[in-house]
This record gives sequence, structure tokens and C-alpha cells, in this order.
Amino acid sequence: MSTDSIRVRVSGIEQVSPLIREFTLEAIDGEFLAFSPGSHVVVEMPAEPRPHRNAYSLLSDPRDSGCYRIAVRLQEQSRGGSVYMHESVKVGDELSITPPANLFAPNWNAGKHLLLAGGVGITPFMAYLPELKRRGADFELHYLYRGSSTGAYREQLKAELGEQCFLYDSEAGQRCALGELLADQPRGTHVYICGPEELIAGVREVTEELGWPASHVHFEAFAAPQPGKPFEVELSRSGRTVKVDGETTLLEALEDAEVDVPHLCRGGVCGQCVTRVLSGDIEHRDEFLSAAEREQGDCIMPCVSRASGKRLVIDL
Amino acid sequence: MRMAPKPIQSFRDDFTYSNSPGAVARFPFPFPEDEYMYSVNIEPHVTPGPEGSVYEHLLDIDEHYLSEMHERDLVLKENPKRCLAMPHMDLACWDMIDRVMHCFSEDYPEHFKLTKAGDQWTWENKLLNINDSFTFGDSSTLPLPPMEYIGRQVQGDFALLDQRDGDLFMDAGIVTCPADWSLAFDAGMGFKEWHGPVPMAHEMGIFDRALKYLCAIPLGRPVRRLNWTLTVNARMDTSPETYPSWGSDRASVTPENVGEKVHLRVELQVLDRMSRSNALMFSIRTYLISLEDLVTNPEWAKRMHRVMKGLPEQLIEYKGLTRFHPLVVDWLAKYDPAN
Repeated sequence: MSTDSIRVRVSGIEQVSPLIREFTLEAIDGEFLAFSPGSHVVVEMPAEPRPHRNAYSLLSDPRDSGCYRIAVRLQEQSRGGSVYMHESVKVGDELSITPPANLFAPNWNAGKHLLLAGGVGITPFMAYLPELKRRGADFELHYLYRGSSTGAYREQLKAELGEQCFLYDSEAGQRCALGELLADQPRGTHVYICGPEELIAGVREVTEELGWPASHVHFEAFAAPQPGKPFEVELSRSGRTVKVDGETTLLEALEDAEVDVPHLCRGGVCGQCVTRVLSGDIEHRDEFLSAAEREQGDCIMPCVSRASGKRLVIDL
Repeated sequence: MRMAPKPIQSFRDDFTYSNSPGAVARFPFPFPEDEYMYSVNIEPHVTPGPEGSVYEHLLDIDEHYLSEMHERDLVLKENPKRCLAMPHMDLACWDMIDRVMHCFSEDYPEHFKLTKAGDQWTWENKLLNINDSFTFGDSSTLPLPPMEYIGRQVQGDFALLDQRDGDLFMDAGIVTCPADWSLAFDAGMGFKEWHGPVPMAHEMGIFDRALKYLCAIPLGRPVRRLNWTLTVNARMDTSPETYPSWGSDRASVTPENVGEKVHLRVELQVLDRMSRSNALMFSIRTYLISLEDLVTNPEWAKRMHRVMKGLPEQLIEYKGLTRFHPLVVDWLAKYDPAN
């Protein structure tokens, strides 16, 4: 990994909903750092032919650096990371993680914090809540889930938060009326969304209609890398050519070729892996580059984006 | 620390400040080339750096420690607003306390000692005769507000930048030795706002790129850059608040006193991510060297002349050098064999 990796031991595994498992991680050498609410780590799993590397939010109390906890939802359609975590990782196993990084921090100037979680998207808020309570902040949690698959921690949350916690089990026909909820908020409220794309898109649409400032709407928008067509990249500095097959990301192909590219999130958000493109057309799939930068067509985020043609020449 | 702190010298009135030969030798001379161009010039601050250099530790302490802490006290007594922390920055201030105390006690164990039992910390600063016990995170257990408490024990100015909406806001800090900027004025401003006056940089897109880079600085990966200007007299506090007491110094430079009066002022700026608050700690460690001392190094003398001679007019104006810049170039010319 291009950031300093931390060796960890899995000290506990708990099934917290039918599809979600929680893993407790302990530092093998020394101590973990405290972290800020909303932080994630990238977990490296020693799979073959190449390690899986997935970003997961830390859900423990940020001031408690004794252990880190993450929760992983089983994604049958994924590229294998979550399946590996569910099926192969046992208590006592060793893994590597990156130091925590935060792309989803609370804005402490908010008059009120409105947290909207969908399914496993509850995880970053598990780290928000202790800090919100310590600061005596005004907040509400609205938690949408499916009773037979997700919905982790809901009883604990209801017990701890009481009237500040609103639960919506879609399988029991409980819907969250986003329009009403958002229209009803006092001025100065910030909304935070972590969950499926439809939930994020829904909240963004409603807040735009209601005239909320964009700076009051926060979402965690990791794009899990999606497969695409195979292509080739030429590395201009060495003249080497690297093949990228349909199931592999450009970043992974570069790592396989032992080309070091800095990265933090591997999900198109942090901007660390941005790489200059000298020729070839790009299919941008990230959340980082601005429209103008995409238009220019001279940089790519290799963690999620791909060539739209057969070949790219990049400045590496 | 290679150099023991000297007794207190002054950065005002009689200006008794001086650099020992050791301090001159380790001065962070900022010009890598004969031609100066504004650039972001950010690089990883990997510690430990070269032994004895200003880059050895995350935060550098040198022979001027007591003098600078005394000067800070004078400035804060004149104007307490030179230190501030907005209420939402309390946790970030504690992050800074954590970072400073851990670094100092590990890097300078002869002067500083930290003892921890859970949240109960005891801090000993032998240079300033401080020995305090407090509850980490509980500001009511400190004798001063957390920013002022730790700020009075560190050389250089400090700001804590809150990161939100892809921007950085200067929401806390202690600034008593600035190169003509004001914390009270910049407080609450975003990155591009407080950089508003730098000529040429906006057009070059420098700030957009720098901001994205700074927002992505990871934990445990601090970065640094050098900035510079010229200051007349060894005056640490060149702030807008005190302009009436130093602005006229610029007119006091003569061909006879250039070497003694004009100082190269270099800021070692370090940005370090704070773990609990996600804030960036921005430390601005200022080093002053008189031109007389600077030219004792022939390579520096030659390069200094070339850089000063080629400085673009806009930068001379921006850095406030217009009044005495020609005198500096003339005085340095004799150290450049090309002349």
C-alpha cells in the first residue's frame, strides 16, 4: 500500500444483522490513533491473485483508540471483498489497514445534524453519535433498513437515543417521507446521508427543490469500482504497456505491474490517485474531478475510471 | 536539541537578538535556484530529518526558545486577541496539545516530560518551569484556555484549520510573529479568502490545486514548505495590528546599515492532520538572519544577490520591499563574482 499500513488482528466477529457482520480489530504493534467521526480505513485482504482492498467506515467511539470496529454487508454481486470478509476471515486472523482518513466529517457549525442512514450506511453514524452527544449537539437519526437483511444496531440505537431515533423497516411498510422530513427542519440544519445511491439522489433532489445550500448536504459517495471493457495503458515515462482486463481497475493493474500510485479511498472520492493522461478518451466514474476538469480530458482517477476506447497513454 | 536555549534576547526596542554560528549554519536558506518563482513547493515533512537541521523533528526548537516565549507574552499582554479559538475548535486544540506534548517529550526529553495515566496527564516543561496535571480533553482543568496554554510553549505561530465543504477555515490559532497578516482578520475565512492578496498565484490555478492537496493530507503524513520575506530589524511581530510601530522602519535602511538592519525572514510551514478533529495544524516557524550573518556563507550570498536582483516588481510590492530593495541588491552585489 502506498500509505503506511497498520497490521491488525481480528479479535471479534459478530453477526449484527442477517447480512451484516461486525469485525473488531486490534493493533498488533503499538496503539491505534484516535480518529474523527466519519473516518474510514481501507482493509487489505490477502486474497489471490491479488488482495481485495475495500474502504469501510469506522463505527467505534472515535475517542476510544483501544480497538477499531467495522461492519461489512455481504454483497453477492461485488468483486469479492465482502464475500472474503464474511467467508474467509476468522477471529485471530491478521489483516492490514490504512490509517483512518475522513471524507465525511460532521460540520460542527451546524445548528442541527440530521443523519439519514440506509442499511449498512448506519456505520459512520455509529461514530458520529458519541461525539454529537459529548458536544450536546442537536441531532436526529433516521434509519432506513430491511428487517430481514439489514437493520443492524437498531434496538441498541432506539434504547440509547429514544425520541431522537426514527426507524423505518421497509419490509414492514414503514416509509420515510423525505419531502416532509426535510421541509420541516430548522434553518441551519445540515443533513448527512450514507446509504444506497437512490437515497442520496432522493435527498439531493428534495433539498435542491427546497433551496437548501449545497454546503448543508453531505453524503458519503464511495463508488465501488465497476467492471468495464478491457483496455491497455502505455506508461509514457518507461514506455511500458499494461493490460487492464474487464474485472480489474486501472489502479489494480498498475499495482500488479508494481507501479506505485498514491491513494486513500479507492472509491473515486479522495483525489489522491489522480494521474495525467497524455492521450486517449476517458470514461470518468469518480466524484472528485470537476466538470471542467473532465471536459479537459487530461486526467483520470485510476481507482474507478477507465478508458472509453482501447488505449490510454498516462504520465507515469 | 543540539543548541541550549540562550538567555532572553529582544525582538523590539533595542533588538538584542542574535544568531550563534551554529544557528547561522542551520538556517533554512530558502532559494534552491538563482531565479525566484512563486510556487507551492510543498514536500513531505519526513522525520527524523538530517540531524541538527531545522527539519530533524516535526516541531523545531532552537536557541531562541526563551526569547520567543518572552516576546509572545509581551504581544499577548498588549493584545489578547492574537490568540483565539472558536468554540467548535476545542477538540482540535486538544489534538494540538496531544501532538506537541508527545513530540516535545520524545524529541527533546531533556526539557520536556509527559506522564499519562489514562486521561490524567502530567506535563513538565523544564525550560519554562511548568509542571501541570490535567484531564485530557477537559479544558476546565487547564490554567489557561487550551490554545493559549500550549501556544505559549511552542516557537512559531500556529493555526488550526477546520476542514469542511472541501475548504479550510482558520478557526483557531495563536499568531504573535506574523509576516504582515492578522489572525483576527483572517479568522473564519476560507483558504482562498485568506490567500486573497497573493499576486499571480490565482491566475496560475495554484490555490485550487493546493487546496485539494491539503484537504487530502492523511494522518501521520505531514507536509512542509518554506516561505520568505525581508524584515527590517530583528522584529518578530510584524503584524497589521502593530504596523504603526514598525512600518516606518523601512525608511531607516541606509547603504551603511543594510547588512545589519535587513533580515531574511524564513517561515518553515508545516501542515499536519489532527486525529480526533480532522483539523489541520498549520505551524509557521519563523527564522530571522541578518544579511551580515547570511553572507558569511558565500553560496548563500551569491544566490541571495541573484534572487533579489531578478525579483518581479509585483512581488517586491506585495512583500513590502519597495522602499529598500535597491539598497539590498546594491549591498549584496559585492558578494556575487558575476558582477
